[in-house]
Amino acid sequence: MAKGTVVLKLENDISTDIIYPGRFMATVLPTETPRFAFADDKEFNQTLNDGNIPAGSFIVAGDNFGCGSSREQAASCIKGYEITVIARNFARIFLQNSINVGLQMIICPDIDAGEGDELEVRDNAVFNLTTGKSFVIESLPQARQAIIDAGGLIPYTRSLLMERTV
Amino acid sequence: MGMTYVQKLLAKACGRETVAVGDILELPVSLAMSHENAALVINQFKEIYRGTPLEANIWDPSRIAIIFDHRVPAESSKTATNHKRIREFVAKQGITKFHDVRGDVGGICHQILPENGYVRPGQVLVGTDSHTTTHGALGAFAFGIGATEMAAVWALGSILNIEVPGTIKIEVNGELPDSVYAKDLILYIVGLLSAEGANFKVIEFQGDVIRNMPTSGRLVLCNMAVEAGATAGVVPPDEETCRYLREEAGVEDKVREGETGNPSRSQPGLPGTGREGALGYELDLFSADADAVYDRVVEIDASQLDPQIACPHTVDNVMSIGGIKGKKINQIVVGSCTNGRLDDIEIVARTLKGKHVAEGTRMLVFPASWRIYTDAMEAGYLRDLISAGAVVCNPGCGPCLGIHQGALGDDEVALATTNRNFKGRMGNPGAEVYLCSPAVAAASALTGTITDPREVN
Repeated sequence: MAKGTVVLKLENDISTDIIYPGRFMATVLPTETPRFAFADDKEFNQTLNDGNIPAGSFIVAGDNFGCGSSREQAASCIKGYEITVIARNFARIFLQNSINVGLQMIICPDIDAGEGDELEVRDNAVFNLTTGKSFVIESLPQARQAIIDAGGLIPYTRSLLMERTV
Repeated sequence: MGMTYVQKLLAKACGRETVAVGDILELPVSLAMSHENAALVINQFKEIYRGTPLEANIWDPSRIAIIFDHRVPAESSKTATNHKRIREFVAKQGITKFHDVRGDVGGICHQILPENGYVRPGQVLVGTDSHTTTHGALGAFAFGIGATEMAAVWALGSILNIEVPGTIKIEVNGELPDSVYAKDLILYIVGLLSAEGANFKVIEFQGDVIRNMPTSGRLVLCNMAVEAGATAGVVPPDEETCRYLREEAGVEDKVREGETGNPSRSQPGLPGTGREGALGYELDLFSADADAVYDRVVEIDASQLDPQIACPHTVDNVMSIGGIKGKKINQIVVGSCTNGRLDDIEIVARTLKGKHVAEGTRMLVFPASWRIYTDAMEAGYLRDLISAGAVVCNPGCGPCLGIHQGALGDDEVALATTNRNFKGRMGNPGAEVYLCSPAVAAASALTGTITDPREVN
């Protein structure tokens, strides 16, 4: 992971209703969900849809990011823009959904960064190049990392299934 | 070292003597539930098989439950097409626990599963819905997962990489005062723990108040355990659990003799259709060890509780009703997987009988299932509600998450017996949602403002 800019700074307890409002839940395919990412934040949603957020940008949030519903659209809609989410911590289902669909997310308990800050992720830390501070990344349990390394839960399950069928 | 209820359940489920917090397990799944998001599960399920010589068949169709509840009847051609694709898949795979848009079998998934006897103590139950925690009320380890995770369950019959969670024990003693209900208790608990206070943990409900509480109330507690971030909520099964299973869910399984110390790889709740009677399965009732180790123990004196309100825009923003009394309400919603059961509707109907919903306030009632709807009709509750000015809608989730009927206008305020009040939840980020018990909803309907039921009765 290289350098990128913070394009959105969010508070604690950002629910999946904010990330992907319920009224768009009939749209399910990962190829179609990005259109409705943060739909109630009209300005940010427009910027996303206009293609003005470069891949590798960051969303920075506080505690309990992705709380609420199990809707996987909340992870796939951000994944569609190849944005990385850095939060102090994540709600359980959202965390697992992110791993499963390959959304890049980073648990960084002390993260401090504002919109426009330049960040760099390396050596198990997030470096805020704008403020000169750095923050340690909390690594994922091995069992979860294995799914990320396989490229998501679909390829992971596919190889497991093949192994078990033989 | 002793084990908590869920530790013991997980040890039994994977055939081990013991499990410790943090152990990583692959758990055989007893029941896997989805609603309309089965459309995405089907897509991901087929993806798993892409490029393999294997045929995409579910590991055991009798262990899949699919319930249409989020958008019923379909509100758009898109939803109708999703419904259609799911129906085709259900027929092709031979899924029997399918609850279509029908008055005889339909309803909200978290009511359909218990009332049809699909839920058993000791089960590992997963659902593509965060409120799957509800089923811990009958002693299952039940939790929400995403659609891709469910696709893997459909393929493998198990759920991978489950970390044994720590447990927070909530011990509730005393007696709930008049006009204070399970909903007030869980709102109070979520306020106490905070929205992330139980993240990655189980909440085990214990104490006199829980022992004396009917299953309908326990379902409310476990339903909203997820609002404190809990992986699962659970009430260890007891006599009331057996009563509910036999009298309300049509389950005829025998109770296994004595405490079963022998771990055996078991998948409680054998296949069948409709109401599941005697199928050779024994109800396995066990409890936490007396020396179980908890991450945290919280003691609550229920007799001190007032009716509680969760204020916008987080469920943990909870206060006693005195702090917010008099707030003007545009729309009242009674229903959902949290509080749409017969006893909830009864409370509201009894309060409104012969009276009227205040001018300028709309009241919507969504029973949690068609069985409840029919029972409420036969008891005369629906007539009382309608005569008072309430609109009784068909069972479904729609208004709770702003996807089907009951949306709010700009700057409007809703008071709801549902489970979430996030910004935008009822379809409008410019509106406010307050959460409460059915008793508070009923008292407030009469005045058009948030009203303490003790001041009405």
